[in-house]
Amino acid sequence: MKVHEYQAKEIFIAAGIPVPPGRIATTVSEAVAIADEIGRPVMVKAQVHVGGRGKAGGVKYAENLEATKIWAQRILELTIKGLPVKKILVTEAVDITSETYLGIILDRVTKKPVIMISAAGGIDIEEVAANTPEKIHKFAVDPELGLRPFEARNLAYKIFRDIKLVRQVADIILKLYDVFWKVDASLVEINPLITTPINEVIAIDAKLNIDDNGLFRHKEIEDMRDLDAENESEIEAREAGLSFIKLDGNIGCVVNGAGLAMATMDLVKHYGGDPANFLDIGGSSNPDKVLTAMRIILRDTNVRAILINIFGGITRCDDVATGIVAAYKELKPEIPIVTRLTGTNAAQAKKILKEINLPTAPTLDEVVKKAIKLAGLDED
Amino acid sequence: MAIFIDKKTKLLVQGITGRDGSFHAQQMKKYGTNVVAGVTPGKGSTKVGNIPVFNSVADAIKETKANCSVIYVPPPFAADAIYEAVDAGIKTIVCITEGVPANDMMKVYHYVKEHGARLIGPNCPGLISPELSKVGIIPGNICKKGNIGLVSRSGTLTYEVIFALTKGGMGQSTCIGIGGDQVIGTNFIDCLEAFEKDKATKGIVMIGEIGGSDEEDAAAYIKKHVTKPVVAFIAGRTAPPGKRMGHAGAIISGSSGLAAEKVAALNKVGIPVAISPIDLPRLLTERAKEMKEKEAAKKAKKKAKKASKTPKDGIAKKKAKNSPKSGIANKKEKKEKKNKKSKK
Repeated sequence: MKVHEYQAKEIFIAAGIPVPPGRIATTVSEAVAIADEIGRPVMVKAQVHVGGRGKAGGVKYAENLEATKIWAQRILELTIKGLPVKKILVTEAVDITSETYLGIILDRVTKKPVIMISAAGGIDIEEVAANTPEKIHKFAVDPELGLRPFEARNLAYKIFRDIKLVRQVADIILKLYDVFWKVDASLVEINPLITTPINEVIAIDAKLNIDDNGLFRHKEIEDMRDLDAENESEIEAREAGLSFIKLDGNIGCVVNGAGLAMATMDLVKHYGGDPANFLDIGGSSNPDKVLTAMRIILRDTNVRAILINIFGGITRCDDVATGIVAAYKELKPEIPIVTRLTGTNAAQAKKILKEINLPTAPTLDEVVKKAIKLAGLDED
Repeated sequence: MAIFIDKKTKLLVQGITGRDGSFHAQQMKKYGTNVVAGVTPGKGSTKVGNIPVFNSVADAIKETKANCSVIYVPPPFAADAIYEAVDAGIKTIVCITEGVPANDMMKVYHYVKEHGARLIGPNCPGLISPELSKVGIIPGNICKKGNIGLVSRSGTLTYEVIFALTKGGMGQSTCIGIGGDQVIGTNFIDCLEAFEKDKATKGIVMIGEIGGSDEEDAAAYIKKHVTKPVVAFIAGRTAPPGKRMGHAGAIISGSSGLAAEKVAALNKVGIPVAISPIDLPRLLTERAKEMKEKEAAKKAKKKAKKASKTPKDGIAKKKAKNSPKSGIANKKEKKEKKNKKSKK
């Protein structure tokens, strides 16, 4: 789960990481009031969950209240990469003498949190990593031991010489590492971490992604979830315990298991269709889940056929079949539904499905081909 | 033989009184696994089916000499359950639980390694050595005893592949699901190493998916260390970047973790990657044949080279220099020799 910059900064402040003063606004008058309170030039920053918001015109410098008013209005009217800007952060504009990148990620190779620091701050770190990887200093922390002050200091020394700056940066690295563990982050980033003409070190941006598996112990972060930034169907799916991702294709997919769901999508594409979604109904096959899944998929008007592919293990095919029948009766779909249910209790499922007489196929490849054919896509 | 579990496996089920734990403990027993104990704190001295339940892993081991543990406890308690198993001396631990926080797993991963234990999972279906032992939730009825080793990051997709192998007449030595999370205890390379050593395994099927670089690392490892034929399947060719595709580990971040990269890395070292799971048995047969032929050709070449170095040949060559006629004869002779040897 992603949190916004302003929310990440709230977490930073609680951890003792210096950030410029500022607050969130949803209207122009609120934004002007905040700028007035700050009493100095401000930055007006769109709060949307996409990268490159600066390039899209979502981050602007406002010298005075008049400029704040103009920029706040323009940014609140923006839609960046499909997401309308509903909130803006108004924060003091600080003088910058240097920009550093500082980030911590979970590294899958070493199975350790890796701290990255680079003097090439302020720009996209992926670009730096791709073109000039030698500019990024990395350090893998022993997760059992934790980050020790001398390690943080040595990292700071990679970028800074002045001991006053080194101490401040080392302190921020230690605090950022604490944030990483405390909130179950999968990524935490300050880009840039800046120094000012009077040798202060300040985090002027903040990025924080939380490991979804850790959310159960962070209700305060779950509450930060921006429902506006999510697709309505994805919210409904999450609440029903389904794993769902909307795509732009024409074949709706209902599958159990993430790997099989991906494999099914891949074959849809291979045989000439286009998957409309990724959907994993999960292990325990509550018939209600199937009903919700069908409802979500049928809402998508691009969908020309639904493909249901179940390999029963923990999931029982008869449960899924019951869900399919209920969905069929309640939603009265006008597009073809093709099923393939095999594994645990497949025979019972067959009996249950007899009632509505849907087209079936015995194997993964055949059910995919049949769905594409019945969707009328094989002639296109 | 098989890898990681066999007839000597004495299984302990942590979280045996839960819904999944109790159901699968009995399923495993039915399959023939030697399930000797269960653990649920506070439920000691009770039974699930005929399986005795203990309050702690240490108690269970003392009474039953269990040497393998399978974990079905909910995510908040999974890391603790693994620590308890390690400290009690269990060397093979299989964690089925889905949803364990990655930060917990980072600490657990290194602890398990330092204590010389093996962790499989979390977020995995476990493993099965057909007709010997089953630890986890893979349906036994789709498996068949044989000589193919299967390793996969997925659950139901693994079943689909087992089904395709069995249908294609290829039984399995061990099928193992290593889990779909970012931090897992056992990776492809660990399993490939074990399959390479295992005498019962003659061919290997590897099922990967988007996210991370384990498939690329496995490809490099196979090139160096694996002599048995390997074929692969990679799920997620159509997955969009930046979205977690169900599994915590199945995410394309930036431009890394793409299916195309994995397929290319595998193809580069000669490993065929199937478009559909159903093609895997055919690809494996072809790959085995191809490797055999290559091996035979290599041997023949070596022998021919050796033969060309014998003094007799040396004289023939000298002669060839003098008369062009005998030179042709010499070439023919060599060819015949080669053919004879490769037939052997």
